Amino acid sequence: MSTGKVDRRVEPSHHFDSMIQEHDAGKQGVWLFMATELMMFGALFAGYFIYRTKYFDAWVEGGSLLDWRLGAFNTIVLLLSSFTMAQAVTDSMQGHNKKAFRNVIITTACAFIFMIVKYFEYSGKIHHGLFPGLGMWNPEAVEVAQTKLFMTFYFVMTGLHGIHILVGIGLMVWLMKRLKNDEFSKEYYTSVEGVGLYWHIVDIIWIFLFPLMYLI
Amino acid sequence: MAETKTVDNAHAHGSQEGVNYLNETSGLWSWLTTVDHKRIGVMYIYTIIAFFVVGGLFALALRLELLTAEKLFMTADVYNQVMTFHGSIMVFMVIVPGVPAMLGNFMMPIMIGAKDVAFPKLNLASWYCLIIGAVIAVASLFFGGVDTGWTFYTPYSAQSATAVAMVVFGAFVMGFSSILTGLNFIVTIHKLRCKGMTMMRMPLFVWSIYATAILQVIATPVLGITLLLLVAERIFGVGVFDPALGGDPVLFQHFFWFYSHPAVYIMIVPAFGIVSEIISTFSQKTIFGYKAIAFSSMAITFLSFLVWGHHMFVSGQSPVAGTIFTVLTMLVGVPTAIKLFNWVATLYKGQITLSTPMLYALSFLCLFTIGGLTGLFLGAFAVDVHLHDTYFVVAHFHYVMLGGAIVAMFGGLFYWMPKISGKMYDELLGKVSAVLVFIGFNVTFLPQFVMGSLGMPRRYATYDGIYSGYHVLSTIGSWVLALGFGVAIYALIKAAIKGEKAPEDPFKGTTLEWTIPSPPIHTNFETSPKVSGRPYEYR
Repeated sequence: MSTGKVDRRVEPSHHFDSMIQEHDAGKQGVWLFMATELMMFGALFAGYFIYRTKYFDAWVEGGSLLDWRLGAFNTIVLLLSSFTMAQAVTDSMQGHNKKAFRNVIITTACAFIFMIVKYFEYSGKIHHGLFPGLGMWNPEAVEVAQTKLFMTFYFVMTGLHGIHILVGIGLMVWLMKRLKNDEFSKEYYTSVEGVGLYWHIVDIIWIFLFPLMYLI
Repeated sequence: MAETKTVDNAHAHGSQEGVNYLNETSGLWSWLTTVDHKRIGVMYIYTIIAFFVVGGLFALALRLELLTAEKLFMTADVYNQVMTFHGSIMVFMVIVPGVPAMLGNFMMPIMIGAKDVAFPKLNLASWYCLIIGAVIAVASLFFGGVDTGWTFYTPYSAQSATAVAMVVFGAFVMGFSSILTGLNFIVTIHKLRCKGMTMMRMPLFVWSIYATAILQVIATPVLGITLLLLVAERIFGVGVFDPALGGDPVLFQHFFWFYSHPAVYIMIVPAFGIVSEIISTFSQKTIFGYKAIAFSSMAITFLSFLVWGHHMFVSGQSPVAGTIFTVLTMLVGVPTAIKLFNWVATLYKGQITLSTPMLYALSFLCLFTIGGLTGLFLGAFAVDVHLHDTYFVVAHFHYVMLGGAIVAMFGGLFYWMPKISGKMYDELLGKVSAVLVFIGFNVTFLPQFVMGSLGMPRRYATYDGIYSGYHVLSTIGSWVLALGFGVAIYALIKAAIKGEKAPEDPFKGTTLEWTIPSPPIHTNFETSPKVSGRPYEYR
């Protein structure tokens, strides 16, 4: 795919000695960023488990208010997107920017589907008076008072996860632009791999959210 | 130059004589868009010193109000606000970013022989995060201020009529500055060391920056989410910490201290690094116990995540939890004491020069030791019940944060001033400032230990007349202290403007930054250095 007209990077930035060194540094940076994500969601999961132990009935009722079929559908969508993302990284690693481009498009489409389903879920909950703030909460809608607390965790955790999906969509649009320009090569595909890692952590968090919120 | 040959030909005066990172390009815009770690470091120095002055003025106002037992010029509400702003500014805008962002940014890449940090643009973004967060937090003054204390404890912070959400959101944004700086530094230290610079050859300042960076990356996200939950609680009325909804305000304290206890090590560990550098250089002696000092930083990092409960002995914690946290807290004393003993052993039979940085470092040894030992009182479950929320606590953390972190920070600023600005500071002014700070500090805070143990509670605008003598003494001390810091800042500014030209290595240091011209060139080194031995090889 050497067309000659694109400005592919062959030289590392001025403060690196080699492309490999720069790639390794970038990758380590993303891994560290993922550690921060885990700590941030980790605190929320800790809070979830503390209150689940304290108000078990509320958590049972809260879980039953969510539609597991929608959750399962979204899980499948995200798993598929994870596969295509991983494929995109492999493609760009081998210098196949066009293939990678197609895979990133499928990934982005999955992300949109996820958000659309999430939108219908959220609006359903709000409609039934299950949004725990802004005066929208309807105490009659639940039997256990602390179910409001469950719904708080539901909205905060899936909401924060949703924001990550939106950020991911932004990152993938950026990737598409660069893939279109044929910027990546065997020597330089750091950005694709970085976004890939980010996308996987977002998926993994959902893999934990789904059973904790919808199933148990 | 020191006799050691740890560095082969680190610089050879190139063709462009007189061009350095300061005068390479000019204009405000070239600074605001720079990605040079040295310039970003200098921008941090200016901003953080400015924040320090503002936070200090709030402190002086507090001490002035406390001169008399009755109201002097502040209502209790105003007092609460001033106290909150003093604490928040000093913690989130001065001490947490302090040493890593200013001196770490400037010196760490040079000390490991790198041309820059791993992600220069991210480095600049971190600075903007700090500025944006600070602007949001300080702008809250025009929207009702904030009166919760810097800890933002629920349920009061969820109910207070002041602009808590704004300040908390500001702190959240500043958290990104801290996280991104830490991330950048870890990668830099792992991936950008020059040839021959093994981990065990890194200067101890770099080790301390590394330990700090790990804390910043792992602990800060927990604070971030906690503050975000608090904002959600105030804006949306959801109730994660609201007892009326079954939420638990103590959970907020757990989350908060899970960050904020490691955060006190984010504040003090870089100071340890500075002290290691200064003591070795001004004793002209190999540091005693290099490995012990390096690994004790890592041990502190690890232990700091296990002790947060000692802030909550009176928050309804079970005696079992209290006992466990007491024991774990005592463990932190071990690596900390290892450091202190090693520094003292380095001084032993050294050729000691009492220059300004050394005076600050010796002040640090005294003040930090007092702060550390009184920390053991507070870390002991049973004793803490008596001392909790008294001036004893106030005195303790000021000995550690101000007497420790800030004093070492000023020592570091004087020590590296010749390298940063290329100009020497006025030694006499520097020494006067160090002595004034030491005297003023002790006069301010020693009485607080006494009145605290007698029962004077913290965070009150007025007090019982029996504590008057201590408060008057403390307020007088605060003026001496302010004068000391004033002289120090004046001495630094004077040096930057019209100091004498500094040589490459004015203090006979042995780390890499002393092998390049002062101030350094844009890429730090003409050719990448090669290291063939440990630092501090004096004799």
